[in-house]
Amino acid sequence: MDQESAAASGGSLISLTDHEQRFYSGLHALCQADAPGKLSSGKVAELFKASQLPPEALHKVTEVCGAKHLGYFGTAQFYIALKLLAAAQSGLPIRLESVSGNLPLPRFAGLKNEPESRHAAAPPGADPQGSAPGSVARNPADRSTFRHLEASAEKKEPWSPPRSPCSSPPRSPLAYRGYPYSKQRNGVDAQIPYDNKPSSRPGAQLEQHSSPSRYVSKPAVEHPAMARASSTERLNQQATMNYSDDDPWRMTAEQLEYYTNQFKSLQPDLGALILGAVAKNFFTKSKLPIPELSHIWELSDVDRDGALTFTEFCIAFHLIVARKNGYPLPESLPPTLQPGFSQREEEQIPDTPEDPSGIGRLEPSVATRKQDLQGESLKQDTSVKRLASSREKSTLQLGAFPERPEPHLELDPQMRTKTRQRSYSSTSIEDAIKKAEEPPTPPPRPQKTHSRASSLDLNKLFQQGAPGVKSGWLLPPALPPRPPTSQVPHFLNVSEQASQAKVQQPNFADFSHFREEEESSVKLEEQGPSSRFGLSSEDLTSASKQDVSGTPHSQAPQKPIRRKYHPESQNLETGPPPPPPPAMPFPPPAKPSQKLLSRQKREIQMAIRKNRETNAVLRRLNSELQQQLKVVHKERVTLESQLELLRPLAST
Amino acid sequence: MLPFTVYFSPDVFFPQNYPLYIRSVPSQNELKFHYTVHTSLDVVEEKVSAVGKSLADQRELYLGLLYPTEDYKVYGYVTNSKVKFVIVVDSSNTSLRDNEIRSMFRKLHNSFTDVMCNPFYNPGDPILSKAFNGIVSGMMVQTS
Repeated sequence: MDQESAAASGGSLISLTDHEQRFYSGLHALCQADAPGKLSSGKVAELFKASQLPPEALHKVTEVCGAKHLGYFGTAQFYIALKLLAAAQSGLPIRLESVSGNLPLPRFAGLKNEPESRHAAAPPGADPQGSAPGSVARNPADRSTFRHLEASAEKKEPWSPPRSPCSSPPRSPLAYRGYPYSKQRNGVDAQIPYDNKPSSRPGAQLEQHSSPSRYVSKPAVEHPAMARASSTERLNQQATMNYSDDDPWRMTAEQLEYYTNQFKSLQPDLGALILGAVAKNFFTKSKLPIPELSHIWELSDVDRDGALTFTEFCIAFHLIVARKNGYPLPESLPPTLQPGFSQREEEQIPDTPEDPSGIGRLEPSVATRKQDLQGESLKQDTSVKRLASSREKSTLQLGAFPERPEPHLELDPQMRTKTRQRSYSSTSIEDAIKKAEEPPTPPPRPQKTHSRASSLDLNKLFQQGAPGVKSGWLLPPALPPRPPTSQVPHFLNVSEQASQAKVQQPNFADFSHFREEEESSVKLEEQGPSSRFGLSSEDLTSASKQDVSGTPHSQAPQKPIRRKYHPESQNLETGPPPPPPPAMPFPPPAKPSQKLLSRQKREIQMAIRKNRETNAVLRRLNSELQQQLKVVHKERVTLESQLELLRPLAST
Repeated sequence: MLPFTVYFSPDVFFPQNYPLYIRSVPSQNELKFHYTVHTSLDVVEEKVSAVGKSLADQRELYLGLLYPTEDYKVYGYVTNSKVKFVIVVDSSNTSLRDNEIRSMFRKLHNSFTDVMCNPFYNPGDPILSKAFNGIVSGMMVQTS
């Protein structure tokens, strides 16, 4: 059964290569506990977890290797399990058959000491400088300690290589780098203590990666695995080899190359942007939890446009890779990962591998760090300037944020040193809305509407005016408002009096004369109906038929008319009489004295002017009276119809 | 101490006016601020609908002092997508001028835009962005 085969495979079924043997034995020693032959399940579990395989795979491994059945991990099971882990990490199915294949070493994200040292070293990017010289100092110490502990090299070394040296494109340059690096260590011995150093350094796994290569000192062995097609996850794990420094936040050339390839797979043009949705799908494949991906996005989308440029994409990818390898996400973008840096990185990297000189690898790295910082400061300055200009741009664009430039420059420099240009490549709602906000000129404020009822809104008033009011308003402004009904009799009396006065006036004759004159003159024809109407109104009132309710209304305007008329009539009286008298005496008296003539001329002119005035007044009066006439006619008709209705009743 | 609540609610989903993000400096009165912010939503709605006839004017995004109560003042701001920001400020803190409030709203709006740009953020989710948190904390610390 499985267990037997497992037991048998302890030595025979699986063929372990030399270094595998060592590695496994080292791990075995690591997990050694309790009884001989049985490995402590807790430590084994830890180790398995460190392999970063999904739990179901781990269960499968446990099952297949037979430990589940046995209930414990024997040596054989352990070895098989390790092989299976390697297989699983290579993407092969977890089955016994795969054990026999030529597999790389299983990779463990962090062995016992590794996680502690890693997490203890805070954000790795935060202490790059400290660790570098510190590691230099530790190196000789380790060297010496290692010499003492050479006997236990077997145990120690396997700790160091959590990374498989195989099957990754980035690895070979690493091995390549390993050699100049080791040369700089002045001696072969330095290679080995360098292996131990990682335990105290955050970038441990990265160096550990190099250590197996040195340990084997046969890079050719690991080379064949180079050309392996890789899943994203595996490459993620292997791509964390930041060899150039202990800094995991620094991208190496091979990583960059890998990212470039990935970028090209998403977007052929390196200068173009990857849209947010596309990037989301892609990064979701890395199986990181969404909040972390969200945070990574925030860190990497430097220009906040909802899309990734090539640089941003590399940053994001690198962060994902780091996260997958267990590094906690930084709160802000490490300086080595900032977009300006990667270009510097590319400049530096080609130089350093070709630098086999005695200058320690660290020195150029420190120098690069300093240069980077300077570069970063320069970049920050330029980016701040760009920021200012872009702010101005954005203020112009957005149009309604006039006070942005200064306050934002003072804010968190980490975030604000990124230029903030609202590009049009994003698909978010907010950006579309920002575009809509761009037209800076607001629409004119509404002016015509009245929010509250305005009592002085004449338009409304005119629209709503009652007919009486309307007529009152529509009356010629020269005319005073309609007097109340009570004044009607007064009016009548006045009219009577007026007429009587007119009658009684010594100008009676003039009046009649005037009347004649009026009736004779075309302009004054309206007076006839008005005067007749006035008389008829008198008749009506005398008949005390008050249903001519319209008449007061109609009389009312007559009053002023009359009043006006009266003076008019008076004027007219005075007017025409003087003209007639002068006219009359004009022809007969043959007193053509010049003075008289001029006086008469003046009088005539005055009379003409007055006549004109009266013409206008009378025209208006005419129109009104016509209307009133119509009204009265209608009333008459109604009255007559009523009469006719009543007559048969009365008759009967 | 400066009580300071920031509260967003999208009106895109019309009947819902749930908060996307609430933050206050002294957390003991948080419930009270929740209540205040909820009631201020009505004022915001009223202002929004009153201005709604005209086109969306940038200036009108800032709603200004919604209403002052005895203890604190409430300021409102609405974005074009009807997401509302509400800031509650202690009345005793009289040094805060209108311009400062405006700038705070602008910062909020910018940060909110950044959050929206993140493709991993689904509109309507509670805002968990650390950067956003950082900005809000910075603002609250600055004013307190």
